[in-house]
Amino acid sequence: MKKTLNLLLKGVTILGLAFSAHAEDYITLASTTSTENSGLFDFILPQFKEDTGINVRVVAVGTGQAFEIARRGDADSLLVHDTAGEKRFVENGYATERADVMYNDFVLIGPMDDPANISKAGSAAEAFGAIAEAEAPFTSRGDDSGTNRAELRLWKNAGVEPDGDWYRELGSGMGQTLNTAAAMDAYVMSDRATWVAFKNPQNLKLLYSGDKAMFNQYGSLLLSEEKHPHLKQAMAAKWHNWLLSEEGQQAIAEFRVDGQQLFFPNAK
Amino acid sequence: MENNAFYVALSLLLNFDAPLYQIVALSLQVSLLAVLIAALLGFPLGAAVALWRFRGRGGVIVVLNALMGLPPVVAGLVVYLLLSRAGPLGEWGLLFTPSAMVIAQVVLVLPILAALSRQKVEEMLGEYREQFVSLGMSRARMMPTLLWDARFALLTVLLAGFGRASAEVGAVMMVGGNIEGVTRVMTTSIVLETGKGNLPLALGLGIVLLTLVMLINAGAYLVGEFSRRRTG
Amino acid sequence: MTSLNSPFLTSSALLSPPALFFDGVTYSHEEKVLLGPCSFTLDGIGPTLVMGPNGAGKSLLLRLAHGLLSPTEGRVTWSDNRTPRQAMVFQQPVLLRRSAVANLIHALSVNNVPYRQRAKLAFNGLERFGLGAYAKTPARVLSGGQQQRLALARAWVLSPQVLFLDEPTSALDPAAIKAVEAAVREFHQRGTRIVMTTHDIHQARRLAGDVLFLSGGKVREHTPAEAFFDTPASREARAFITGELVE
Repeated sequence: MKKTLNLLLKGVTILGLAFSAHAEDYITLASTTSTENSGLFDFILPQFKEDTGINVRVVAVGTGQAFEIARRGDADSLLVHDTAGEKRFVENGYATERADVMYNDFVLIGPMDDPANISKAGSAAEAFGAIAEAEAPFTSRGDDSGTNRAELRLWKNAGVEPDGDWYRELGSGMGQTLNTAAAMDAYVMSDRATWVAFKNPQNLKLLYSGDKAMFNQYGSLLLSEEKHPHLKQAMAAKWHNWLLSEEGQQAIAEFRVDGQQLFFPNAK
Repeated sequence: MENNAFYVALSLLLNFDAPLYQIVALSLQVSLLAVLIAALLGFPLGAAVALWRFRGRGGVIVVLNALMGLPPVVAGLVVYLLLSRAGPLGEWGLLFTPSAMVIAQVVLVLPILAALSRQKVEEMLGEYREQFVSLGMSRARMMPTLLWDARFALLTVLLAGFGRASAEVGAVMMVGGNIEGVTRVMTTSIVLETGKGNLPLALGLGIVLLTLVMLINAGAYLVGEFSRRRTG
Repeated sequence: MTSLNSPFLTSSALLSPPALFFDGVTYSHEEKVLLGPCSFTLDGIGPTLVMGPNGAGKSLLLRLAHGLLSPTEGRVTWSDNRTPRQAMVFQQPVLLRRSAVANLIHALSVNNVPYRQRAKLAFNGLERFGLGAYAKTPARVLSGGQQQRLALARAWVLSPQVLFLDEPTSALDPAAIKAVEAAVREFHQRGTRIVMTTHDIHQARRLAGDVLFLSGGKVREHTPAEAFFDTPASREARAFITGELVE
């Protein structure tokens, strides 16, 4: 039995090698769909490769799944936007360090005719409140992602518990949620980067933004060598530090979509 | 938008650029390899269940048939949990590689090939069994003969398996991670572009995928028909 | 399942087959007795024609003799405990989806005939039964009569000491029937014991050495051919020969 298992292992490894003809240096980065879909990685990763020769393989999933992947030791590095969650991750010993990397904001999108009249709102709380009162259709990601958690916090600040036919929890990623909102002519909260890069807005428009409460912070985490000794610690550290370095921060700042800067570097 | 998509598909096919080529090539490699492995395992398995009586045989058949409907995302999840570093096979380091995708698709396709080949072989046994026993064949000896004799029907079964593999996204997304240039295939690309709201491109990719699968099926049909005419 | 055939011998001379004993053999299915009890002996080379009306149990008897079925009660044995090499030809020929010669080669390979001898034996077998020109033809494309002759050729190359045939010509036209009967005679001349079922009295008259007559699941008579056709002993046999309906 052990012999056959061993042979099987060898066979599978050969298969694996046959497939990874490019056995170059690489690390696996678990990150979110907002960074991937906006095109940020397509812009900054080649620069990182030039500086260090390291390939970064991005697995873009929802924030919750990204944490889970890192917890299981399947990723060498983590870049997400859930500061509270990141801090807990460090506390629980899965990461040795977290650092602010960049920020942008969340924005409220809605149908062009703006039935809840949120474009005139003076604050996020007012805007969310107006939507709830008008019972205007609102699509929520409903997937416990960083964005979703931020959205729920904003409802709470507005003193509203979103409930009823108008509030639709989709359990989807940002892109799918935007597609659905566009088809339903509904309000939706998105991160600015995904929205700007989104190509199917149909009748939707950016209606409200700017409240400090809608601030969206991204953090990079250095994962614990103790918990997962097999991780490519040295290369992951290079990536983490590069993000925080002048070169990395500048690369982030230079990234534009349609002339707009989508991510604002704020490493300390 | 539909018109748009056809133009996009056409322009994709005509300007077959390097990233698209890489994605198409990987999709074919993964699915074809998965079907091949699943056939090497599944056809003998199906034939064996058809040939031998044993306790729980009915249960095995029911399970195989039911697993034909295994949701790809569930298969992906199970394989993910097995291959994850935190899982039993973590040491193999296969997660987020094309090998993991092949494994997940083998899991999906194997029941189809086994269940359908079992049914076909059992059908044939009704016709052949007495003559085979008379010729002195043991049940093990009957297996290759039956499988080869059933080859035309089994070709269709293979195409069914390939269809399943090339069409699914749940499994390869989970265990592959849709990493650009490494584990991105046609179906996961379509999901990605849809998520970006880039619907014409997504649809265009879908058309390219369908065209590819259509070509493969057409090729298999021609080969099958040609052979069948020659052997009656 | 064990093989019914003893190892293949390349010698062309056949050992004369051992005698076959049916000893109180009964075959039942779901509590209903379909055949038996019957006891009889087959020795000599026949040809033994097994006759009787439909449902009499002829096919069952053949399968019990060949070993395809096991008796519910009683025993089927061979003298000296020597199980001979046997072959069987069925009413509908069972051929593989490959060429005529490939079918024969397959049968030879199943019986562990050395690789290099197979092609020659196969082609010789085809020639003997007039199928030489069809060697590469897909077996299933051949006519009914040709397919049946192919099945016989396949049996031939295995050098059986006993050949069982289950109504081999009932689906064939007169010309094909003639060719198949000629083939059966070839086996007989070689020394193979023939045991064959038929419902065709004329065919039985042409071929029989002895007759085993069944009706209602029981053996009514076992007599040499002439005696059977001229002076049948049992009432059922008389009715059968004169063409009356017998149950």
